[in-house]
Amino acid sequence: MHVIETNNLTRRFGTLVAVDHVSFSVEDGEIFGFLGPNGAGKTTTIHMLTTVLKPTEGNATVCGYDIRKQASDVRNCIGVVPQEYTADEDLTGLENILLCADLYGIPKKVSKERANELLELVELSKFKDKRIETYSGGMRRRLELACGLINRPKVSFLDEPTLGLDVQTRMATWSYIKRLKEEFGMTLFMTTHYLEEADNLCDRIAIIDKGKIIALDTPNALKESLGGDIMTLTIEQKDADITSLIETSSKVKEVKKQDNTYRVKVENGEETAPQILSMLMEKGYKVTKLSLTKPTLDEVYLEYTGKTIREEEETSADMFSKRIALRRARR
Amino acid sequence: MTTPNQNSKNPLHGLWALTNRELKKWYKEPILLFMSIIQPVIWMGLFGKAMNIGSIFTGTSFPLPPGFDPGLIMKQTFGTSDYFSFMSVGILSFVVLFTAMFSGMSIVWDRRLGFLDKVLSTPVARGSIIFSKVFSAVVRSLIQAGIVLLVAFLLGLQFGPDFNVLSIFGVFAALFLVCFGLSSIFILIALRSTRWETQMAVVNLLNLPLLFGSNALFPTKLMPDWLQVFAKVNPITYVTDANRQLLLFQTNMSQLMFDYTFLAGFALIFSTIGLFLSWRYLSR
Repeated sequence: MHVIETNNLTRRFGTLVAVDHVSFSVEDGEIFGFLGPNGAGKTTTIHMLTTVLKPTEGNATVCGYDIRKQASDVRNCIGVVPQEYTADEDLTGLENILLCADLYGIPKKVSKERANELLELVELSKFKDKRIETYSGGMRRRLELACGLINRPKVSFLDEPTLGLDVQTRMATWSYIKRLKEEFGMTLFMTTHYLEEADNLCDRIAIIDKGKIIALDTPNALKESLGGDIMTLTIEQKDADITSLIETSSKVKEVKKQDNTYRVKVENGEETAPQILSMLMEKGYKVTKLSLTKPTLDEVYLEYTGKTIREEEETSADMFSKRIALRRARR
Repeated sequence: MTTPNQNSKNPLHGLWALTNRELKKWYKEPILLFMSIIQPVIWMGLFGKAMNIGSIFTGTSFPLPPGFDPGLIMKQTFGTSDYFSFMSVGILSFVVLFTAMFSGMSIVWDRRLGFLDKVLSTPVARGSIIFSKVFSAVVRSLIQAGIVLLVAFLLGLQFGPDFNVLSIFGVFAALFLVCFGLSSIFILIALRSTRWETQMAVVNLLNLPLLFGSNALFPTKLMPDWLQVFAKVNPITYVTDANRQLLLFQTNMSQLMFDYTFLAGFALIFSTIGLFLSWRYLSR
């Protein structure tokens, strides 16, 4: 069964097309990741799926309900963990969770029990009577996670759940997300622009850029679609060209020479590398350096978007101003 | 795992939770309550006592013509012989007006901080989001007005001949209606706004005209004609008149009923528009 299904979902803000005819479906129980640079349309998609924004064109169903016509049924079966810290600064952790429970109309008896259980799960029980003001970034994020689960949603939307957290807190947050998913067996739809996060957490990933989905598959399949591993070797002989020699192996897909260093794209690198190595030694070449790397999502991303995610980060100042402009346009 | 069926189907669920969220911030910080009543109390204590209009006649060395009764002149002009009593009832309207004006501000903040988007993704009725703001403004302004009324009494407010305990309820009913309508208006203005600066500008533009263009500080019948026209449609005029009828004057029942009708209509019209536009504009 498809928990989320979108059909040409589109949203324009004035002339800007934030989400451009996006169609995909999310299976029951999977963690589905939306990976893309800032401003790619991830949050806008989440806003539409969570009925905060209306689509300009196209439609989607969540838990089988139409996001346009059955918005309140959709709202009942979803949980949302927004990008921003939305917990009320002046209230305590427990008060904030109970407020969320009231928004879903959960009876008092049930909500108290669930709130304490969730606070236990995200290890905030000790701080439940402290005001949010005193919470650290990681604690706030965990509280948001707990708030998003108070109604036992069938599908939970996490918008950049680790944005702005340091590496350790990010890792810890992942483990909470995994634990919560196992505990409640729900479907997760998350957006991120951290590659390792998508790789570690997600069952399937959609890469989105400029409002369009440009690739959608499991992280491994995406990596394999690049056509194999990268073997880098350096030989002692400076003036020899062994490109054609390496290419004689049927497992080799592409060779790039740079001085006496060769970057070789191979299938099944663990087995192919020793074969090539012994062949070169037989011909009298001395290999001085050898490395083998499995493709990462970084390369996948590069392949599909034509830029590395690091380039994106370098221009984060630009992105920030773009984002502000987008926010203004949205209102 | 999902169990939406056991959740409340009451369309008003969440209304109290959201209202209480606003009020909690306020009653948890007594300093905020203090700050919010200090200004009207200063107005009342300084302006009200300084403008000792009654002594224009009594404090003069100019011989008064025989048969001239200063108290009667005051009574004809202000409906009571004591200007302080007259204006301190106007200050009750001032309290409500200012509290209602700032009620729109919190919706701007909720939007900026992402809280509004989160609430919009929950099954809370859109109208409840608006009315939680209205109700919290109403509760706050009624409590503030109650305290200000008490302070006014301590500073020498003289109740009229028809004053009794029921009048107090009448006063709160009038204040409730006007606050309901005014907060609806200011929340409507804030509905689409993301900048609190805009909201501040609107508040600054409207507060003094609404206050001075009413009978809160001075009787409208002495105003120039054009200003009287404005005062006639200004709800502040009606709430102030209703409160004076109840607290100071010999109650003119038909006038009082007219005041209530105007205020009820005002509250009804603007809260209905608020409800309608919240459906339309909260989800973008």
